[in-house]
Amino acid sequence: MIAVLLAQTIAITGGTVYPVSGPKIANATVLIRDGTVAAVGTSVTVPADAKRIDAAGKWVTPGLIDGGGQMGLVEIGAVRGTREGALASDSVAAAFNVAEGLNPASTLVPITRIEGVTTALATPEEHLISGQAVLIDLDGGTVEEMLVKSPVGVVARLNEDVKEEVGGSRAGLAQRLRRVFNDALEYGRRKTDYSHGQMQRLSAAAADLDALLPLLRGEVPLIAVANRKSDIETALRIAREYKVKLILAGAAEGWQMAGKITAAGIPVLVEPLDNIPTYDALGIRYENAALLARAGVKVALMETDTHNARNLRQQAGNAVSYGMSWDQALRAVTLSPAEMFGVADRYGSLEPGKIANVVVWSGDPFEFTTGVEHVFIRGKEMPLTSRQTELFERYKTLPPKY
Amino acid sequence: MRPLVYLTLVLSTGCASAGARQPSTPAPVQAPASQAAAESMSVDRAQYPSTYRRHPNPPVLIRNATIMTATGQEIRNGSVLLKDGRIVAVGEKVDAPADAGVVDGTGKYVTPGLIDDHSHLGVYAAPGTEAESDGNEATTPVTAEVWAEHSFWPQDPQIPLAIAGGITTIQALPGSANLIGGRSAILKLVPARTVQEMKFPGARYGLKMACGENPKRVYGRRGGPSTRMGNMAGYRSAFTQAETYRRRWDIWRKDHKGDPPERNLRLETLAEVLRGNMYVQNHCYRADEMAQMVDLAHEFGFKIRSFHHAVESYKIADLLAKEGTSVSVWADWWGFKEEAMDGIQQNAALNQQAGGRPLIHSDSPSGIQRLNQEAAKAMYAGLRAGIPITRDQALRWITVNPAWTLGLDSIVGTLEPGKMADVVVWSGDPFSVYSKAVQVYNDGWLVYDRNDAAHQPRSDFELGQVPAPGSDR
Repeated sequence: MIAVLLAQTIAITGGTVYPVSGPKIANATVLIRDGTVAAVGTSVTVPADAKRIDAAGKWVTPGLIDGGGQMGLVEIGAVRGTREGALASDSVAAAFNVAEGLNPASTLVPITRIEGVTTALATPEEHLISGQAVLIDLDGGTVEEMLVKSPVGVVARLNEDVKEEVGGSRAGLAQRLRRVFNDALEYGRRKTDYSHGQMQRLSAAAADLDALLPLLRGEVPLIAVANRKSDIETALRIAREYKVKLILAGAAEGWQMAGKITAAGIPVLVEPLDNIPTYDALGIRYENAALLARAGVKVALMETDTHNARNLRQQAGNAVSYGMSWDQALRAVTLSPAEMFGVADRYGSLEPGKIANVVVWSGDPFEFTTGVEHVFIRGKEMPLTSRQTELFERYKTLPPKY
Repeated sequence: MRPLVYLTLVLSTGCASAGARQPSTPAPVQAPASQAAAESMSVDRAQYPSTYRRHPNPPVLIRNATIMTATGQEIRNGSVLLKDGRIVAVGEKVDAPADAGVVDGTGKYVTPGLIDDHSHLGVYAAPGTEAESDGNEATTPVTAEVWAEHSFWPQDPQIPLAIAGGITTIQALPGSANLIGGRSAILKLVPARTVQEMKFPGARYGLKMACGENPKRVYGRRGGPSTRMGNMAGYRSAFTQAETYRRRWDIWRKDHKGDPPERNLRLETLAEVLRGNMYVQNHCYRADEMAQMVDLAHEFGFKIRSFHHAVESYKIADLLAKEGTSVSVWADWWGFKEEAMDGIQQNAALNQQAGGRPLIHSDSPSGIQRLNQEAAKAMYAGLRAGIPITRDQALRWITVNPAWTLGLDSIVGTLEPGKMADVVVWSGDPFSVYSKAVQVYNDGWLVYDRNDAAHQPRSDFELGQVPAPGSDR
């Protein structure tokens, strides 16, 4: 990760600031210096050389963090050549880190960031163990410049979609996962034997077993996609058995066992607008995020339709509509995902020392009336342009301007 | 996590003044003039007639609400009176009969029932298994002979969810695997045992056609078409045969001399399009392809009623406005395939600006539950870009414009005396993310009440296997 070599000082003045880490502050200033937040409050001294942004009447929040999707890993859904999120060959792809598949030039990046989403989890797809997810900022000319953290977690799927890979039963999923974990532990203990060919065949490639060791040491979380209540229980059980740090993703029926999830201290990634019943989750419902949050579960939100990751704020608004408090919802798209992904020391709130991902909104960020007025990523103001704004400019009057 | 949005489509083998109006005696709802023709086709016997019956209800007066009529008015502290399945009065002061139930609409908003002209409810039913995948007869590129109503499953658990979102009428369409996918079903969204009980009386059928990537991909290695020019040849070939078929039948029907021509269900449907009795509902993304389809329609003398998805319609909004073809679009979908790459959020607004007839459709069991939110996004995207869209225009995008696309705008789509009592009461401004439908009346029947479990219909599918509903359902 490259330090931001930007010596600009910016003062966003007069807005209502939602630091998330504390209560909102009316008529406050956010001072940004060298890519980080230097000060937040009502008595901040604005240096004479600072660029001033008048935010009177505006709302100022941390940049939103999308807890899911394939940002940077997909350009056109139906065009295979532009999709980098899945390693087709392997049902245990633990060593598959998506970072080098990221495309910093993706058109989705500006399209998304100009609507207030500044950071996203880029997650691998498919298979029992899909690979390693990474967190990216939606700016940067190279993969290194975009990366916030790599890996954030190892993604596993405990649901219907991947059953066939392990013989067609959910029980098979759990058993395969345990075998892989056991083999990884064995491999970790006997690397020398392994290299001398003195071990029986292991259930996954050495590189994948090796990649699981940080997870099994509790250093990297397991991000388990599980929706049915019984699948969530399986995930909790396995995490307990192996003392693995767990993040649940999806968790559609999580509301039915919110108490257990709370007691286990497991955070959950939820997509609030999911409510179409399938046999993988007949109990799916709009109130899931609210019911989990009310029970004390740490909830972060995701918009997994990567092309419309900008609708994360619509997801949050609907979470509020179905029972989450507004403050919980804002936290669920800022500080809570930052905490889950282990970057809360740098991301998720407006506090001195944090990375200056800041958005100035015309009003409530979750409302449709509201537009984005300024976006800063690592203290740098983003132009509010994208391929879509260029198309609009070309065709806003007909015939078009070629 | 949400299934990929393009699954059913792309992987389609598996696609004024606020013055009071005097209550008037409502005229009976008139079926469109072509009803007989639309249902009789080449033969005189009835074909799968609607058995829809209005549910009997006492009159209802909704008062002290903000009434959004979709006719240019937004009436503060207004009232709407529903009686015998009809809207009988809309205005600031409305006298109610003594037996009317009174709904206090303080702080609430009232709109016409929402209409989705592009749905696959019932034909791609939840829980989304192969067994319920009935939307694409992907066996040959022209299947004008299939009817969506023959696939439609009234116990689709997605139907109650859509009702709770304020939807009162849908067009259930075949998918887009085929060049010509078959007939649509125009349905009242009410709990029912059979699709016949849901069929909108007298509504014309739509004919689903599809441009571009989907047919090409599905048939590219199965005998074609494998190119866009192959697609065009496929439509032309089908309509050429239909011209001959229509001529033979029209001649025979004049004098009834000799044996009638042999019936052909495929050509019978296409002949109805040529006669102007059936609306073409055309899935088409790219501007250049829509222009080709307009030429095709000219060649055979029919009209395309609406371009669906129409992601690039803003590029030819002038042409489409002149043609009188409505554009059924999403607020912001884009990028899931190449022909969707140029989607922009101002699409609906730019078509409105050009004098066209835009509307917001869902094509999604999820999106259909919040068509109001999608319209809001499209309206504000236009406003932020400097296009002066009014709230009434945005409301028309999800009410009377889709009603027009289905040929039902004289019957539903606005709050006017004489119209069918399809009415939604919202908890607040329907263009706010925080508002929800609290009551939905379909033909005067309270089919949904967010605060009353007795009016929260559940499909058979849900009983005993989907956990008891919360206050949302």
